[in-house]
Amino acid sequence: MLAIFTAFSWYPITRLVVLSVQHTNLIDPPTWVGLQNFRDVIGDPLFATAVKNTAYFAALALLFGYPIPLIAAVLISESRRFRGIYSGLAYLPVVIPPVVGVMLWKYVFYEPSSVGLFNTVLGWFHLGPYGWLQSPGTAMPALVVESTWANAGATVIIYLAALTAVDTDLYDAASVDGAGLWHKIWHITLPQLRGVLLITLILQIIGTAQVFLEPFLFTSGGPANATLTVLLLVYQYAFGNSVGVGFGDAAALSLMLAAFLAVFSLVFMRATRSWSTR
Amino acid sequence: MIGLRLRRAEATEEATGGLLSYTDWARRDIKWLFGSAQVLLLVLLVLIGLGPLVWLAKGAVTPTIDTLRNPLALFPHGVAWSNLSDAWSKVNVGRYFWNTIVLALGSWFCQIVVATTGAFVLSVLRPAWGRFVSALLLGTLFVPVVVLIVPLYIEVVHPPLIHHSFAESYWAIWLPAGASAFNVVLMKRFFDNLPQELFEAARIDGAGPIRLFWSIVLPLSKPILGVVSIFAILAEWKNFLWPFLVLTNSPDRQPLSVRLPAIQAQTQLGVLLASMLIAALVPIVGFLIFQRSFLRGSGFGGALKG
Repeated sequence: MLAIFTAFSWYPITRLVVLSVQHTNLIDPPTWVGLQNFRDVIGDPLFATAVKNTAYFAALALLFGYPIPLIAAVLISESRRFRGIYSGLAYLPVVIPPVVGVMLWKYVFYEPSSVGLFNTVLGWFHLGPYGWLQSPGTAMPALVVESTWANAGATVIIYLAALTAVDTDLYDAASVDGAGLWHKIWHITLPQLRGVLLITLILQIIGTAQVFLEPFLFTSGGPANATLTVLLLVYQYAFGNSVGVGFGDAAALSLMLAAFLAVFSLVFMRATRSWSTR
Repeated sequence: MIGLRLRRAEATEEATGGLLSYTDWARRDIKWLFGSAQVLLLVLLVLIGLGPLVWLAKGAVTPTIDTLRNPLALFPHGVAWSNLSDAWSKVNVGRYFWNTIVLALGSWFCQIVVATTGAFVLSVLRPAWGRFVSALLLGTLFVPVVVLIVPLYIEVVHPPLIHHSFAESYWAIWLPAGASAFNVVLMKRFFDNLPQELFEAARIDGAGPIRLFWSIVLPLSKPILGVVSIFAILAEWKNFLWPFLVLTNSPDRQPLSVRLPAIQAQTQLGVLLASMLIAALVPIVGFLIFQRSFLRGSGFGGALKG
């Protein structure tokens, strides 16, 4: 176990830091370049694009993916009879391999010609056909919709588990006091879920900051770099041209991402500590 | 069987109150509002959760030409079972399927060995350096695995000390899969909660650490082993980027997730959809069988995504 962790976790972490201050091409001995790689990356106009796109993806994913699972979970947990079926259905997309999901959406649902599934349905109303992934404006939302479809089920299950822990006596007490449905949701359900809500929020932000598969398979970062994300840029630096030349830049950018996420989570946890455990 | 379980759950739930009290359920407006929201949700869930899968299954046995003409028509020109057999043999999906299984089993084995032995040492044997290692393990939880692809890739292609590239070899996938701090922490937490008296009794009876591990700890840990196993196999089945990188030059050894995008361009749509269905089938069947572990364990699984 120690050998495995040394070889595949602790050593690569150290190596990442070392690589970020080196120029290397795997053949010649690496040279030390100080912070040159970081300067290169930050100076790259694509860096700003990638950061902006990733933030956009994360914001859209929160907009779609944060409230929907919560509403679904509250409704599901009230269904005494069909809870298993509801949660099974919600979770189903999560077990479909992401590559299959992306390909299904790309070649069937988002197919730009009039026989794409979405375009067929819109065709009934004499709309379209739209090139969902081909226009810079709709490409990113299209990715987010698929990604939300693929991941929301996992969040629903987390909320469902948390909802069973809500003290039901509070509901009964509130009912006796004559509280209405919305009062109970607002003053009992949500406050009791506070801790879980914060955790899913930070997990979702961390997860979406690392989005790679969707832009890689759907659009390769296009059209016109509209879906170029940070990790896709890392990939392009490292493996895009001739393998090896950009390893330093890729390592520098990876390190910046990891550092940002670590700092972000620490600040987030510190800032919400008093709030999540009252 | 699922029905039975549900009914039992229902019976216990009926006793406790929910968000809606019985007086609430009796009020007509709330009943109507909540009830219709639930029906709407069911329709949406069927459409969103099941719909794409049903369509995929339908597309997999529909002649390509029909799918291209109208994706929503129901078998206008009959069923093309040949898509499935073509995918399996002509497009070689059978072979990639086997590759995926071998990769998943190897990664699973590696993860289980590392997680159980590691957690056993840290939780039961508790050597003096255990705390230090635990701290290092927790530290790695903060480093997203995906930012390590570049150093890991270099390490696999040009390993230090050993002058032999592991690129294009399954070892390059199996071994790094074992380095999951999350599994070790999860397992350790489970071992920590096992009754310590059992270990003491076994020690007094003269059991050494190996016997303690094999005859006492492992048999007691079946539930957690099940959860970790399910998620280990599922994760490898879904894995794309790492096998894509380290098996680039050996198409014959690549798993389904890497091959599917590669064969897309030269495969007709019907056969491609059949291949995709085959790739999705194992996780889905596994989910239906182990639904309980999935839905209970995904609390951990969701945390894993971070």
